[in-house]
Amino acid sequence: MQFAFTEEQAMIAETARAFFAGNATSERTRRAMEGDGIDRDLWASFCTELGLAGIAVPEAHGGSGLGLVEFATIAEAAGAQVAALPLLGLAMPARAIAAGGSEAQKREWLPKLASGEVIAAPGGSHDQRVGDGKLTGTVDFVPHGGIADMFVLASPEGAWIVRADAPGLAIERPVTMDQTRPLARVTLTDTPGDPLPDWQAGLEAARAGGWICVAAEALGGAQATLDRTVGYAQERVQFGRPIGSFQAYKHRLADMMVEIEQARSAVYWAACAVDEDSAEAPLALHSAKSFAADTYCRCAGDMIQLHGGIGFTWEHDAHLFFKRARAIRSMLGDSDWHREQVANIIGLGEAA
Amino acid sequence: MRLGFSAGDEAFRAEAADWLADQMSGEFRDIKDVLGLTVMAERRKEWEQQLGRHRWSCIGWPSKWGGRDATLEQQVIFAEEYARSGAPGRVGHMGIELAGPTILAFGTEEQKARFLPGIASGEVLWCQGYSEPNAGSDLASVRTRARVDEATGEWVVDGQKIWTSLAQICDWIFVVTRSEEGSKGPKGLTFLLMPIDQPGITIRPIRQINGDAEFNETFFDGARTAAENLVSTPGNGWQVAMGLLAFERGVSTLGQQMGFRHELDAIIAAAKANGSASNPLIRQRIAKAEIGLRLMRYGALRVLSNTDHARPDGAALTYKLQWATWRRNLGELAMDVLGQAGEVTAGPDYDFPMLPSLFLSSRADTIYGGTNQIQRNIVAERALGLPREPRGNA
Repeated sequence: MQFAFTEEQAMIAETARAFFAGNATSERTRRAMEGDGIDRDLWASFCTELGLAGIAVPEAHGGSGLGLVEFATIAEAAGAQVAALPLLGLAMPARAIAAGGSEAQKREWLPKLASGEVIAAPGGSHDQRVGDGKLTGTVDFVPHGGIADMFVLASPEGAWIVRADAPGLAIERPVTMDQTRPLARVTLTDTPGDPLPDWQAGLEAARAGGWICVAAEALGGAQATLDRTVGYAQERVQFGRPIGSFQAYKHRLADMMVEIEQARSAVYWAACAVDEDSAEAPLALHSAKSFAADTYCRCAGDMIQLHGGIGFTWEHDAHLFFKRARAIRSMLGDSDWHREQVANIIGLGEAA
Repeated sequence: MRLGFSAGDEAFRAEAADWLADQMSGEFRDIKDVLGLTVMAERRKEWEQQLGRHRWSCIGWPSKWGGRDATLEQQVIFAEEYARSGAPGRVGHMGIELAGPTILAFGTEEQKARFLPGIASGEVLWCQGYSEPNAGSDLASVRTRARVDEATGEWVVDGQKIWTSLAQICDWIFVVTRSEEGSKGPKGLTFLLMPIDQPGITIRPIRQINGDAEFNETFFDGARTAAENLVSTPGNGWQVAMGLLAFERGVSTLGQQMGFRHELDAIIAAAKANGSASNPLIRQRIAKAEIGLRLMRYGALRVLSNTDHARPDGAALTYKLQWATWRRNLGELAMDVLGQAGEVTAGPDYDFPMLPSLFLSSRADTIYGGTNQIQRNIVAERALGLPREPRGNA
């Protein structure tokens, strides 16, 4: 038992932190928001210069073969800057293929995903019909679906790799509240899909990766809202004192920190439990997703309140955090749903 | 980062679990699952001595002083297995977790030889003399006076302490006193070890909102202790006291969580028994409580795994707020699960079962050891670096 980063993990975390802090600036993120929601230059240097895109991909397929703990440190650093990157494509489709794909599928896709040459997006729906190897149905709210080259789409009956240029596939790109991760609608009409042979294993790996990814983003984002608000509290003077000297203000910041430290425990507990294949992993994952998402929402809301009027403006970055936080809370199962899973796991029996 | 334990640690786990299971199904089965620290006090003292005889009392201490030189992993494992066995809350905890480590850190070799074996063997129980009437969470505003009797060299103490947990069953007390006339705040304080059973000390239990009396008022009227029972130097008491508070944030937090686990399990059982477990709102709150408890465990492990002692760990500073708020919410959840059944108790005395009593007693959690308000100041100032609250005596 050693619930602390190894030296290598600490190095990856620090590298990722410096990379995102230096490159995923507010300016660049805002430029991406005005376009299709991705900072392509950032994505290219993330994949090629740092080689961090392959972090959750096995070494045999061009990845670094590291685990979710390492992936979480990267998602945390990206989340701290609300970076406009299709990280979920790595957390979910890449892991789904690695865990549940055929050898041919792994060979074809994993190196391209690790190098950033191909951008993937995850999707799930209950109303896909399958017939003759072709898919028909609608998949809503696909993160970065508007720019993806391929999808891994899941339903209760299976999971399929679908190319964005496949026949019968249409994409709508509604305006999304969080413009750093636009949500697309993918409509399939007799669209060919390549099924994952062990789709349950693929789905399980994708879910764990997705929950860890957004929970870690939430942790990084929440910490950033606290850091920035602490900075503001020290420089902003009202009534002749820095506002951070007022108890009503500092107590709120302290409460943010209490929540964030718990979220940190939650994220790394879950990532570690999955990496160690622990029996606690499901409980840890549901705990992490719900707790970190709620923490981020509360902290981002507090950031706006504690900044006063400036925090409500488009010019200030507070809304980037606020919107990302809200999006994370809604996606991949909301907090109540995850807590209901916890209730089941701990043996509360059936809900009324 | 690794959460699993080695094969050697698992062997240690089996040894501890077996021994505890034997005790709780055999000689000490009458005190299994007993929580309140004043319940069955005599048997609880015997249990402390049984732990001591088998060297399970303070396993993290050096073996020279009755411990086992246990690793961090072993201490974590023992805390977990202790919880699982249903063994009762430790009435010796203030000696084991506070007085002992303080003597280990600040005491002379003579003091170690004199006091540590008694703590480790469970034969000498300790309590804490910090708080004073009107001082509240302002620990530095101590008024209890200590002076040296020139004739005998003994320390003579006059004043009053309050909220002295378990003073009625303890043998020794450690006391923060003011030894320099006219000194203010943290200056001029002296840390003394004193035998309780003496004419100069009077103990008066304080009846609490749950009817129990774990806390006491402790009066010092010419109370005496030998010169050699001074810890560190006269006037250095604040540093000793602050070092002692740091010990509260160690493995003991995992031990504390054993009680929380027990309480939450009782709530879950009650919710299943009366059907409220199917209520979606109650399920959400129980799930939140479960998550909070798990996060306390991993938070504690994270703090314990931090080997960089030079850097203050912000996470450690948040722990008091975390658990106190969690447990107060737990008390409210307990009553909402019980409904009106929680409002009545059988028998003639104001003696409520565990869950209603939890509701009442948990109101103390956010007050003692520094109120939530003081804790928020500590987090904001020490961990976040915000400007200090103006202090009258600063």
